[in-house]
Amino acid sequence: MSEIAARIEAANAETVRRMLVADPVLVDVIPAHVALRNLTDRMILHSGPPIEWNRMCGPMRGAIAGVAVFEGWADTLAEAEQLAAAGAFRFEPNHHHDCVGPMTGMTTVSQPLLVVENRAFGVRAFCAINEGLGKVMRFGGNDDEVLDRLRWIRDVLGPALGAALRDIGGVPLKPLIARGLSMGDEMHQRNVACSSLLLRVLAPALARKTSDRAALSAILDFIGRNDQFFLNVAMAMGKSISMPAEGIDGSSIVTVMCRNGTDFGVRLSGTGKDWFVAPVEMPEGLYFPGYSVEDANPDMGDSAIVELIGLGGFAMGAAPAVVGFIGAGPASRAADFTRSMAEIAISQNPEWTIPSMDYAGVPTGIDVRRVVDTGIQPMINTGIAHRKPGVGQVGAGVVKAPLACFEQALVGFAKTMGVS
Amino acid sequence: MSVVVNEIRKGLYLDSVALMRLSREIAAMEGVEEAGLMMGTPANKDILRGAGVLNDIGEDAAAGDLVLALRATTQAVAESALSAANKLLDQPKQTVGEESLWRPRSLRAAVANAPDASLALISVPGDYAASEARKALSLGLNVMIFSDNVPLEDEIELKREAQALGLLVMGPDCGTAIINGAPLAFANRVPRGRIGIVGASGTGIQEVSCLIARLGGGVSHAIGVGGRDLKAEVGGLSTLQAIDLLDDDSDTDHIVLISKPPAASVVEKITARIGESRKSFTVCFIGAAHTSLHGDARLATTLKSAAELATGKSLHANKAHVAQGVARGKSVRGLYSGGTLCAEAQVLFRDANVAACSNTPIPGVRRAAPNDHGHLLIDLGDDEFTRGRPHPMIEPSVRDQPLREALADPSVGVILIDIVLGFGGHMDPAGHLASLLKGRAEREPLIIGSVTGVEDDPQSLSAQTRKLEEAGVIVAPSNADAAALALRAIAT
Amino acid sequence: MIDRKPKNLLKTPLKVVNVGLDGFSQDLARQNVPVVRVQWSPPAGGKPELARLLAKLGG
Repeated sequence: MSEIAARIEAANAETVRRMLVADPVLVDVIPAHVALRNLTDRMILHSGPPIEWNRMCGPMRGAIAGVAVFEGWADTLAEAEQLAAAGAFRFEPNHHHDCVGPMTGMTTVSQPLLVVENRAFGVRAFCAINEGLGKVMRFGGNDDEVLDRLRWIRDVLGPALGAALRDIGGVPLKPLIARGLSMGDEMHQRNVACSSLLLRVLAPALARKTSDRAALSAILDFIGRNDQFFLNVAMAMGKSISMPAEGIDGSSIVTVMCRNGTDFGVRLSGTGKDWFVAPVEMPEGLYFPGYSVEDANPDMGDSAIVELIGLGGFAMGAAPAVVGFIGAGPASRAADFTRSMAEIAISQNPEWTIPSMDYAGVPTGIDVRRVVDTGIQPMINTGIAHRKPGVGQVGAGVVKAPLACFEQALVGFAKTMGVS
Repeated sequence: MSVVVNEIRKGLYLDSVALMRLSREIAAMEGVEEAGLMMGTPANKDILRGAGVLNDIGEDAAAGDLVLALRATTQAVAESALSAANKLLDQPKQTVGEESLWRPRSLRAAVANAPDASLALISVPGDYAASEARKALSLGLNVMIFSDNVPLEDEIELKREAQALGLLVMGPDCGTAIINGAPLAFANRVPRGRIGIVGASGTGIQEVSCLIARLGGGVSHAIGVGGRDLKAEVGGLSTLQAIDLLDDDSDTDHIVLISKPPAASVVEKITARIGESRKSFTVCFIGAAHTSLHGDARLATTLKSAAELATGKSLHANKAHVAQGVARGKSVRGLYSGGTLCAEAQVLFRDANVAACSNTPIPGVRRAAPNDHGHLLIDLGDDEFTRGRPHPMIEPSVRDQPLREALADPSVGVILIDIVLGFGGHMDPAGHLASLLKGRAEREPLIIGSVTGVEDDPQSLSAQTRKLEEAGVIVAPSNADAAALALRAIAT
Repeated sequence: MIDRKPKNLLKTPLKVVNVGLDGFSQDLARQNVPVVRVQWSPPAGGKPELARLLAKLGG
């Protein structure tokens, strides 16, 4: 093995080691302006790599208009859009602030954020609370119904969840994930088991800390009715796992994968803050009745962080039901997806195993060299949003991370290694 | 006015044989004048351009992209053919029961999933073969490189590395091997026995192993070492290793070595090694002048005599008969798919003092010039014929045009052909040849051939022989015998 | 990487990894020789610059 290859191998081993020794704990819910030191007034964090207003897709713009009104930076949606177009707001990726968000991923000062602490490294990552299904801001919804719900989350749900979590000293997430995998979850398109397990853990504490019975009832109902509640927890967990793995000199392991509805963004451990960006691909999947590919919005969201840590599309072998749901073939082929992803990952996670695959660990540590060599693109299980703001989810499917991102990343990585 | 349509399938890769088959299927469609499905390498684009099927869309293809290119009578036909081609490409593979459809895309993943793998069989384009072979060696696998056009320096480096690792590299350009009774690539289902073969030539191994079977013997293992192993630069590295392996093999009593005459320095090494062995050897340096051997070894200059020496038996003549001098004054045209079979024929001509020429001449035979008259023995598997086309053993139609020309040439009195059976080869080479000769009333020129194969081959020796005879071909019991019959026909 | 003894080709049970022409793996399967089929394609999609970088980076 050449000297460079040996250096890279050693660096990658360290990167993956850090990912695997992570100890993520859901510890609190706190307002964004407290959690994110650099988040200011009129700053709007969004999903995916950096992007300007004039390139944003419909749902993203709809969400921005909505969140501007929610924060009181505009009186009406129309005014909000004008201000946005005129540059009145500063747009930055969630990823620049130790944060992630699903779909449009709006994060602003007032919103309560889930806090996941990676106790092995003392780092914290954040994500807003999942709004539920249907007409919600993450799909670009921005009417009164949406904003009222956000206000309720800010004033009632968030504080209650925070109090409950502090009361029980946090919820260790690794064992919960392991149980979820054995129950058919993959933590991207299917979170019902983990959502249920989490509610089971939180309910007594919520009851203890929420004196208002009506509020408690509404909270339990809200969480209980949302199969995807755990998604946002999983995402914050993913961010907390990947953060200590960033910035390792000589490492070709992927540490960020995200999309903003226009561009797909990739970062590597060994290339610092460089973004490697290419147009997103269209998801391929099944559409809910009445919808088709003409209605689909291009791929969007920071939720690809879930695949980055070996779950979602990478753990498909644990979730055969998802395969049919996303139209990726017969359930019996679920394991083949995981095998395919194992080819571009350098390790397995021994704590997150797939029983039906002889307890193979989920593939962990995507190596950009292997992606470019084999042409195997990371596969992401994703919801498909309507391209018109606020309509909601119209289907679910699989989307591939664009090869061009990884090709550019390889070139960038080679430069840092002094290779041309 | 013909219409050209192109489509690029980005990042979709199929091997050259699979693409040839698809191309022919599309080209055969009603209204399609010409069709090519090829990877977008510069060389392939040259071919498509030359065939008048490439437009600006296809020009943009990268080497890893698949180009669908075709020319048809109308736009409608062109689009329908393109759609049919895409359907064929996207056809889901057949599932065999519970078998997973997943296929690893790298050697590393393959071995991770099958750690008991023992051999990598590599048949990717030559530019990539060495790097795949290196990966295989580093994963602890022995390697068989079917690919040719691998740089000589890479071959040397690989064989040195393999030697250091205690692993064997068969090839590059190794078309035939038989390991533990299993035919690999182009090989025949010969019975197992106590004779081991080490060969620098695929068809040489095939002919010798089939004749051994015909003579009642069997083969323990046949190890191919690649066409250049016995050049001075390579120094016979794989040959020496192969001799070591067979020497150490309790299933092998006798070893046959087949090759063109090696470089002098290499001959010394080989003969010294043979001298150290306690087993008996038959050394076949095709067409060599005298070679002194040590130990229990005997020299054969033809493949036929190698098989006879190894088994201690003689090949009986069959009913094939040619009247002496029946084609006197006319020329012999040999059209061979197997390079070593062409060489063997040349040996017989040379030893009979009959002047012949060839595109792949052995020492003592003249190189063929364009429009050469006289006896011409052509290796149709040589590079000049196979650039951008499949090898004649896979696709016999390569021989069609030269055969038609020879049949129509009044100066040609005898046509010599070889039919090679076995795995990897065409499903019905005799049938293909017979179809070209269909309805032929003339008895001139004579067509003399041999069939390299055994009964258990997928094509069945007896069935193929019968088809040839019914088509008017005189079938000799071996390639050497066929050449001998040709010499008899032109004898003065 | 190889701490174990090298596999003697004639003494080890034959299990083939086929990289390239698919026809060969079909022939082997027909004869009940265990074969693993690799779905090979040129490294880096056949793009020479990327393939070169990959080779230098040990990928």
